[in-house]
Amino acid sequence: MTILVLFLTSLAFGLELPMPSALDLPGDDGRAVLLIWPSTPYETSEVSYVVQASDSPEGPFGDVARFPSTSHYRDERKAPFWTWRRNRDEHFFVVRTAKGKPLESGKKYYFRLGVDFGEGPEFGPIVSAVPKANWFDPTKLNNFIFMVLFSGVVLWFIGRARRKELFLRRIPGLNAVEEAIGRATEMGRPIYYLTGRLGMSSVSTIAATIILRDIAKRAAEYEAQLRVPHTDPVVMAVCREVVKGAYLEAGRPDAYNEEINFYVTDDQFSYTMAVDGMMVREKPAAVFFMGYYYAESLLLAEVGASVGAIQIAGTDAEHQLPFFVTACDYTLIGEELYAASAYLSKEPALVGTLRAQDVGKAFLMAFIVLGTLASTVGLWTGIEHKVGYFLDILRDFS
Amino acid sequence: MFLRQYVPMAIAFVMGIIFALQYYVPHPASEKLLTTVNDWLIVVGGFSMVLGLASLMGSHWSKLRKGAPGWGYSLVVFVGIFGTLAVGIASRGKIFAGEGLVLTALGWVYENVLVSLQGTVFSLLAFFMASAAFRTFRARNLEAALLLIAAFLVMLGHVPLGEYIWDRLLGFLPPKADEVMGWIMNVPNMAAKRGILLGVGLGVIATSLKIIFGIERAYMGEGR
Repeated sequence: MTILVLFLTSLAFGLELPMPSALDLPGDDGRAVLLIWPSTPYETSEVSYVVQASDSPEGPFGDVARFPSTSHYRDERKAPFWTWRRNRDEHFFVVRTAKGKPLESGKKYYFRLGVDFGEGPEFGPIVSAVPKANWFDPTKLNNFIFMVLFSGVVLWFIGRARRKELFLRRIPGLNAVEEAIGRATEMGRPIYYLTGRLGMSSVSTIAATIILRDIAKRAAEYEAQLRVPHTDPVVMAVCREVVKGAYLEAGRPDAYNEEINFYVTDDQFSYTMAVDGMMVREKPAAVFFMGYYYAESLLLAEVGASVGAIQIAGTDAEHQLPFFVTACDYTLIGEELYAASAYLSKEPALVGTLRAQDVGKAFLMAFIVLGTLASTVGLWTGIEHKVGYFLDILRDFS
Repeated sequence: MFLRQYVPMAIAFVMGIIFALQYYVPHPASEKLLTTVNDWLIVVGGFSMVLGLASLMGSHWSKLRKGAPGWGYSLVVFVGIFGTLAVGIASRGKIFAGEGLVLTALGWVYENVLVSLQGTVFSLLAFFMASAAFRTFRARNLEAALLLIAAFLVMLGHVPLGEYIWDRLLGFLPPKADEVMGWIMNVPNMAAKRGILLGVGLGVIATSLKIIFGIERAYMGEGR
């Protein structure tokens, strides 16, 4: 009934169709156009908007979207306040295709907006826009600022650590490294060092290769036997350089041999079984699991525990942490993996980064508390939209 | 010295800065650059496989030659490598069809040998979990006791038998087993997980900066 009344009213007084503006969507790869038009008095859930697009002003125009006129208000789009004005006075639609094909950057497209009261859409004037690729995504501005600030803090603390000694909290897993290597030397058994399942493009693997340097140096000093089975040949090549450098630094280049690092296979469970088999046969006195692991974590760590090895794990794979905590003597949890090289070397420049990480964490904790308080207060007092501005600063819009 | 130290450091610096900024650039040129570098990574990975194979065969050949303990396993490696190679070459890429599968001979070996072996190893995980759980859940201290209780409640919420037991023994309590499990997983567990992830994120940025600015050079075999 309502729709009929609206339809008849619009016929009687002349339907004023909304005039959309077509704009290049800012901060995109040049494959989208933004349509914006004002709200109208006849908007109900039964009335629909129809968006059509074409690459020619003469058409033919193809349907891109059809949606109820009570949707697609500007305040429904998840975008930060510095790129997007939120209100319910205007509608928006992001067009990404025209006649079933994705929009192309630099090409002119034509759009028209229709209103459908149930009797077929009535279209307004044709508008056009040229989508263009952009060189910066402003929705990531907060992320960029945080990255620059945190980088500044890291570099500042590195400079400070060179001038003044910084306190390092005790990490039991890293204090046990010396003990583990000493034990292997006394028992005349090998030390196993695993660098995880990922390649060199993973930061956790890079961290594992960095820690390997300190372990290898100590192993060379103690004349302990080191074995590093690999699942990635690139990581193996890097680790060979790392271990060679460590033996040289320890003054034991004669003790180095290329077979310390050896390739097994890139297949997950074949690697696991091969390493498990070696552990059972050679009964290592110490096993280090550093880097990223998947389902093989428990299969490896349980076998290491069963042969009586001191086991130290360090991973940022949060799903595997319970298995390592269960089966290993010490576990470096998450960020401790990245702190290990600084902790073991006590090099001031590296120690400075740890303090910067602590400052970063303090900031994040403060933001979590502030964000929670702001959300709660906003809900209680009914000023969510105002609090939303502050929350936008903390939000990830990527 | 120049080629071994300064050139890799310069490459790490330039590429590090470019790809840190790449995340903020939506332009297709940025995406293309990332795709190209990833393709190069795959190409380098492919060539490095030769290194891997050389290392694998070299170490096993040396064991076989010396008759070192466990040399039989080295023999298995060679039989596996050359057997698979022989099957691939002898079949000349011929397709075998059967039981809903259309495979080459190499595919048949993969499907019927490797996949079965992988399944066998993966299934061992259940036994390893049981032994690890037995060791951990002996409630020797408060943390172990809490872990035991949390794990028991999560297990109850996951299996139908658990729900039955909960309803019989604790049915008078307002929350159901799956609600308790959901709370443990979504509140304390998720909070701890997010805490770890935030720390990891900062650690990754700090490590990346150390490498980009040449503060950490251990990955090149350099002293600090």
